[in-house]
This record gives sequence, structure tokens and C-alpha cells, in this order.
Amino acid sequence: MVIFMAKVMGLTGNEAIAYAVKQCNVDVVAAYPITPQTVMVEVISEYIYNGEMDAEFICVESEHSAMSACIGASLAGARVFTGTASQGLALMHEMLYIASGLRCPIVMGVANRALSAPLNIHGDHSDMMGSRDCGWIQIYAENVQEAYDWTIQAFKIAEDPRVLLPVSVNIDGFILSHCVENVFVLEDDVVARFLPPRKPLITIDPTNPITVGAMCLPDYYFEVKFQQFQTLNESLKVIREVTKEYESLSGRKYDVLEAYAMEDAEAAILCIGSTAGTAKEVAKGLRREGKKVGVVKLWVYRPFPQEDLIKALGDVKALAVLDRAFSFGAPFNALCSDVISTLYKYRKDIRVFNCVYGLGGRDITPMEIRGIFEETLEIADTGRLKEYVRFIGVRE
Amino acid sequence: MVLVEVRWHGRGGQGIVTVSRILAQAALLDGKYAQSFPEFGPERRGAPVTGYTRISDEPILIHSQIYNPNIVVVVDPTLIGKVDVIRGLSPKGLVVAHASRGPDELKKILGVSDVSVYTVDAMKIALEVLGRPIYNTAMLGALLKAYPLVTMDSLVKVIRERFPGAVGEKNVAAIKRAYEEAIGVE
Amino acid sequence: MSETGRKMGWKELPIGGYLLEPGSSMKYKTGDWRAFRPIIDQKKCVNCLLCWIYCPDGAIIRLEKNVDVNYDYCKGCGICANECPVKCISMVEEKW
Repeated sequence: MVIFMAKVMGLTGNEAIAYAVKQCNVDVVAAYPITPQTVMVEVISEYIYNGEMDAEFICVESEHSAMSACIGASLAGARVFTGTASQGLALMHEMLYIASGLRCPIVMGVANRALSAPLNIHGDHSDMMGSRDCGWIQIYAENVQEAYDWTIQAFKIAEDPRVLLPVSVNIDGFILSHCVENVFVLEDDVVARFLPPRKPLITIDPTNPITVGAMCLPDYYFEVKFQQFQTLNESLKVIREVTKEYESLSGRKYDVLEAYAMEDAEAAILCIGSTAGTAKEVAKGLRREGKKVGVVKLWVYRPFPQEDLIKALGDVKALAVLDRAFSFGAPFNALCSDVISTLYKYRKDIRVFNCVYGLGGRDITPMEIRGIFEETLEIADTGRLKEYVRFIGVRE
Repeated sequence: MVLVEVRWHGRGGQGIVTVSRILAQAALLDGKYAQSFPEFGPERRGAPVTGYTRISDEPILIHSQIYNPNIVVVVDPTLIGKVDVIRGLSPKGLVVAHASRGPDELKKILGVSDVSVYTVDAMKIALEVLGRPIYNTAMLGALLKAYPLVTMDSLVKVIRERFPGAVGEKNVAAIKRAYEEAIGVE
Repeated sequence: MSETGRKMGWKELPIGGYLLEPGSSMKYKTGDWRAFRPIIDQKKCVNCLLCWIYCPDGAIIRLEKNVDVNYDYCKGCGICANECPVKCISMVEEKW
């Protein structure tokens, strides 16, 4: 294995994604600034202005227009990036489905933030969870390094001819978007070799006209959407291939999920994003006390890595699934619903409870996570669940 | 070095985010792992703000805020008595404060015993060296005197990169003078 | 996409519902949607081309000295008859 020399930089999540986008030789960026994503596109626009990046920056009047411009550019064969958060993602909502339906390999950085009302600019997963069924590949980074690494891998995954689907790289708003951390960056030429210029299969081209986005009636719509559905499910294979190739040049191992201390774990926490890091730190401490706890972190949330999850859970007896968003009126919240559906499908009997935490940027503390672990251990011991859904730290 | 957690107290506009980031960048040059992040809120000029820095030899997994800092740096002296600057400070912790009064007196004001206290008159240094009342970088010098969290070489390198030219040199001078002038009690 | 014949399955379809053949809508003969058929009285027609301008489907054919209707695509909306200044187009019910 050849590990290329890497230099270390101190970057925020927003800056790391922007730096990766620069190295990925993106052709078109159409974006509208919104907290906490603002710096992400600000830095990209600086790169373009300084001549460090040869791309077209389209200043649009809304996120709906941003995604529309991205779709057009992507169909024309360009490598396209955009970034957004919260209300911006919500405003894009209808175009998200068109981007995936028209099989545009757009990459989008999302600095996850709460949704109004009431107005809140801080981090939670309400925005992307509200768009979880939009047909995009959805990846959540735990730290700034992962934000950088996944952005580069995202283009490779999206543009693979077996995939041709948009990818969102999610970072927790403020917690990662505004946090400076060590980032080992690859040399420009290493990224260029990993990610050669995009070779689109079909493009919109006046000299060779095709029709894109035509009306599709009941006789064909189902088949077209089924094709998209299958492609998204099968993209897990490509995602894994890309992570293997990326590992060979970065030395950093990625997959569709990460299982931490799960080999002999009896109780575990499953979560996505930056909280996974805090959970691993707490698990490390509990392991030192002899407690058999582990953490499962999903990198890829869509397509949901069902088989990998079952394998990762091993012989766990009790599991706490942490959701940083509400699914109003649902029996469980988004992530937990998916976990429970998977367990049902594979006839796996694990006691599962759902913890909703950190809405609107409320910090989740190591002590709270320790409390969740202790409760999970107790359930593993007694086999008795007290509550199906808990709300961490909410005041009466 | 095991994980060291630093909390910065200042006011919006005093460069708390900047100084926390400079410290993290210097740690990075020393080959350590670092995190720097602000207390996320609607930052307004003049309002009390908080910044955080984590430095460790090992990769830092934790992503919660800092509740039990090892070190507290008070950049704005007027916050003492208004903000609970020693909240959660770990036993045998360290307070580095911008103050015209000495560390003994500050220790009494803060009502702490098992904590080291360092003070420096950063405003005086800033006015004399920089010619402007910008005293955030001087506090880095005082911090280094109290605890060798990062090397002076790395810190100077980061400062020169962040503020090229004469501004950088003046800031380096302010840091070095604060390092000399900071006094502490165990 | 013709309404008769074998329909393609999801594996055969081009991605994203793209139509790779330009102008393939010509294959879709919309004339059978028609309930009323426009009949042009060629003796009264002054070839002013207003019907040609107004037809939303481009189903009016321009000939050397007069116009005619392309019944493969005319949906029978009657706009031509409504706009004709000399009232030479009559809408006649289709009989099957």
C-alpha cells in the first residue's frame, strides 16, 4: 500500500469541505449563503476570485434556484457542487427530487441546522431528515477530517456510471462547521488522479438533442422510479469500492458504517454525526471500567446499510438509537425507525430504545451519554425496556 | 500530554475566536491534535463571549462543549465579577487573567485556593507595543508563561502567518513581553 | 411512448426517464383525442393564416395558396374555428 505524504492543516468543517471542492476541480458552484454553511461557499468564491479554482460561481437568488442551476449544469456535463442548510435545504426540497430523478451527480455540503419555527440557527438533523427520502446518497461526517475525506469520495461515488446520483455530505452545524480541527489533506495531484475529470454518459447538447424531464405517464413512471430505487440501493457496493481505493491513497479507512468496540459488546449506542465521537470517548472510559459497551456510527444513512448494520450489532442485547430530529407523530424517530425496520427484517431480537437529543443545538454532554449507556447496560442485563422513546435533557 | 481543555472569556469583537484558533494552530505545528470552537450564539460586539480550545497528543474524539476546563483565560478584565469565569474549573486548574492587579489579589476576588492564578496587564502592553487596545494576542504570552501548552516557536510562526508584516512582528513583541511580565501564584 | 406494443421494463429504460431520440413526440399521434373535427371550406378561406398562428399544436399545414389540417395531431380544440375572420372552419362531430 502506498501512503502519499500528507500535510496537516487546521480547518473548520466549512473550510475543509471548500478545500476539498477546490481540489476536486469542480466546474460549477451555484449556492446561496445561509448560516451555518456561509463560510463554505464564501471560501469557494474566494478561491474562484483568486484564480485558485477554475470554476463558474453562480450567485443565485434562492436555494431553489441554486439547485435548479446545479441540475442544469450537471446535465450539461459539469462537475457541480453546492452547499446549504436548514431553511435553504427545505426551500430546495422539490429540486432535490429532480436532481436525483434526473440522475445528476451533484455533491452538496450540508451544515445541518434546526428548522423554524421557532427560528434557530444551531445544529440538529431536522433539515436532512426532512429530505431523507429524496433519493440522494446521504453521508454524515463525525469530524472535520471526515468532512474533507467524504467530500472527495462523494464526487467519485456520485459520478460512477453505476450510480449517477447526487450525494449530500452532512456536517453538524457549528459543532463541525465552525470547529477548527487537524485535517490531513492530500496533495492536489493525488486528488486529481483519484478523481479524473467527469466523463458523463449522456449530456444535454444542442448538436445532439435529447429530451430530459419529459412527462412520464402511469405506463412508465413506476419503472423509471424503480430503476432509481434499485440504483440507490445498489450504490452501497460502489461506495465501499470507493472507500477502499481512497484508503489506499490516504491511509484512512472508511466504510458504510463504523463499529467501535462492538466485538463483544452487550450494550451499544447507534448514532450519526459528531455525537459518535463523544459516544466513542465515553465508551472508551466505560470499557476501562469493564463495561461491555460499543458504538455504531453510520457514515451512510441513505441507502440504509442494512446487512452491515446487522453484522455490526453482533450479539448486542440492548441498543440506544440517538436521533437529533423529530419525526412528528411517528412511533419512532427517523434513524430509530430505520434500525427497528432492519432488525424486524432480519429477525434480530434486540431491545431498542430511541433517544431524541440535541435539538436546536442543545449540547449533548459526555455525562448524558454515559447515562444512556448505563441505561442500555441495565436493559441488556434485565431484558426490560422502560420507555421506547426518551428525550434527553428536556425540561418538564 | 493528556487532553488539556481551555476556556476563553472575552467580549464580542475582542478576537476570542481568533486567539483560540491561533493556539490550536500552534498546537498543530507542535504535532499535536487540537480543536478550537466558539460558544455558538448570536455574537454581538461587546457581549460576553466564550471560546474553547482542546489540545492533546491523541486524536480528539469528543465534540461536546467544555464543562471542566483545565485552564481559563480571561481576556477582558471587566468580566470578573460579572461572569462566573471559574465555573467548572478543574481542581489544580489555572486561571490566566488580564488584570492590572496582581495574582494574589485576584485569587482572593475569585475565592479560589486549589488553583494557580496568573495575571498580566495586557492593555498596557497592547497600547505600548501595538499602539492600539487590542490585547488578545498578549494573553497568549501570559498563557505560555503559566503553562507550556504550545511552543513559543510554533506560536510565533502562526502569528506571522496570520498577520503578515509589521502587524505580525508587533503581535510577536506583545506576546513576548506578556510572557516576561506575567506573574503568578500557585 | 406508444400506447400499443410491448412496454419496456426498468432494466431497458434509459436513465432518469431521458428520451434519447429527438422529436420522438411525433410518434405520439394525438389526433385520436379529437371529439370535433375542423373542416375548412376552401372556397371561403382567404389564406390569412390566423388559424396557423393560433393553433396551439402546430396542426395547421401551410400549402401553396391555402391551409389544411394535420389530422394526425389536431386535438380538435376549435381555436382555429373561433379565430377564423371569415368563418370558413366548422367543427364537425367525429363519428366512429
